[in-house]
Amino acid sequence: MVTQRNAAERRHYQFRRATEQLAGVGMVLCAAVTVFFLLMILGYVVYHGASAIDWQFLTALPLPPGEPGGGIANALVGSVLVVACAILIAMPVGLGAAIFVNEFPSARLGRVVRFMAEVLTGVPSIVVGLFAYALVVRPMGSFSGLSGSIAYAFIMVPIILITSHEAFRLVPPSLREASLALGVPKWRTILGVVLPVSRKALLTGAVLAFSRALGEAAPMLFTAFGNPFWNLNLGKPIATVPMLIYTYATGPYDDWHRKAWAASFVLMIVVLVTSVMTRAFLRGQSDE
Amino acid sequence: MSDHSQTIDGAVSSRSSARVVHHDTRVINLGDRLFYRLTQAFALIVILLAFLLVFDLFRGAWEAIQTFGLKFLVGTTWDPVKREFSTLPTIIGTLVKAFIALLLAVPISIGSAVFISFYIPKWLRPVISYPIELLAGVPSIVFGLWGLFVMVPVIRSLQIWLKANFGWFFLFNGPAVYGVGVLSGSVILAIMIIPIITAISRDILLTVPRPQIEGMLALGATKWEAIWKVALPYARVGLFGAVILGLGRAIGETMAVTMVGGNSFDLIHSLFDPVHSMASQIASEFTEATYSLYVSSLIYVGLVLFGITIIISLCAQFLIWRLSKGHVAVFE
Repeated sequence: MVTQRNAAERRHYQFRRATEQLAGVGMVLCAAVTVFFLLMILGYVVYHGASAIDWQFLTALPLPPGEPGGGIANALVGSVLVVACAILIAMPVGLGAAIFVNEFPSARLGRVVRFMAEVLTGVPSIVVGLFAYALVVRPMGSFSGLSGSIAYAFIMVPIILITSHEAFRLVPPSLREASLALGVPKWRTILGVVLPVSRKALLTGAVLAFSRALGEAAPMLFTAFGNPFWNLNLGKPIATVPMLIYTYATGPYDDWHRKAWAASFVLMIVVLVTSVMTRAFLRGQSDE
Repeated sequence: MSDHSQTIDGAVSSRSSARVVHHDTRVINLGDRLFYRLTQAFALIVILLAFLLVFDLFRGAWEAIQTFGLKFLVGTTWDPVKREFSTLPTIIGTLVKAFIALLLAVPISIGSAVFISFYIPKWLRPVISYPIELLAGVPSIVFGLWGLFVMVPVIRSLQIWLKANFGWFFLFNGPAVYGVGVLSGSVILAIMIIPIITAISRDILLTVPRPQIEGMLALGATKWEAIWKVALPYARVGLFGAVILGLGRAIGETMAVTMVGGNSFDLIHSLFDPVHSMASQIASEFTEATYSLYVSSLIYVGLVLFGITIIISLCAQFLIWRLSKGHVAVFE
């Protein structure tokens, strides 16, 4: 009787111990799979991309299809131009709305706006492209860099709004109160105290929005479209790096595929640098 | 200077001093009011943008809505030549790919999040979680490129093997093995949403009160029992929100799916069939749409996609908000 119970208990104990160990192994495996995919993707992009990058690739224009050589200079410049223009549109809107949400908390509108921003981050980028097409391209009658900027700006606004709002939240109320107690009006308190104190976090948000937009190809498909020539005119179709990767990757030429890897490598470096920068900023912020 | 003298004058000039102060507050109020209005205008722009988005999509899709109505959602013909459009196979393709992706991604993501939150020392956490956050930042187009040239050939040999050995099973009985198709699309989506779900789940699991877990351990539970019976149930609402957010991402994802999904319009019968998702259909056909009903139908597809993702996103927000209510209230 007693031994029987002991045996059952021992079995139960062994079962628990086995589950414990199995679960531990399972967790390790899960994390390993995740990191493995990251290394695979990073590894392939570096392996294929780094070997295809040279000075010509970064500074020359594309050659006619199938002809090896040439570069992606127009797409690099085009991407930066379109994204920079987008950030000029998105920054005031996102920042202004974030100030409203955080500094005038009594307004119900603020909470609605913040919620709306959360929802807008979930809008698929292809839908944003359709929106910019219907809003800008169709009335203007042609694809244009500007419509691309507007599509990117739409993606950026909620990101900037949310990161800025979080940044303002972290500003100690005592700083605001000190400024107000000195007789400084509220708007100057916000511009002269709240903004400078949170500048690093604000910059981080902007950089995040910048790098997020830079890699988005879907909104460019029927807005900025693409262009094999030099173009700095935002009223005309303009080449961007992610669109170029799409065109080159799905094209039939080996040389194009090499260039797609190389362009991806460039994108990944930007993502990596901005991510490391963001982290360094945030760490500096918390040290202060 | 004049202010100062007035203060020294004291009671004598109290009326003029009051006047000066009154004047000053009015100026301050004006500045504040202007600033309030300005930031309010920006806030209103955000709301306006959201409404404009919906309005524009409806306006663009109006012609197709009038022509096909709700039959658009249940029909299976997509024929630009006959000018007949309906999109059920695409909707099914999108949902099937997204759900298979979830099936693959959820256990791995939550496993990774548990590992990061409970199995490794605090100082080691960033070492694992930072690369995962980095993976979340990789552009979709890079996933697509990698998927097309690296993953699809692997999937293709897997398909050949599955078809040879398990071909009797209807899911593995595709007409041909192209590599691109439902399976490839699902796997690339899974890889893309793993970092998202992992990052959010980790944040949520880290909010589980330590004393609860320690209490369980003190009662003699194993670590796994403490996690399974205390930590995961405690965090379940938030974890569910994270999964829903991942689902929304998977449904709206465009470029990678366009590149490895196979982009065929037929209804799927097996895991090997190439199929469009809503986003890839818009992406690959939009610039080739030659007449307005065609364009309008594609925008209608976009509207349906938008509707589905918004519902999912609202659910996720609601769940995460409900969980963080107490937490948010502390700040406000």
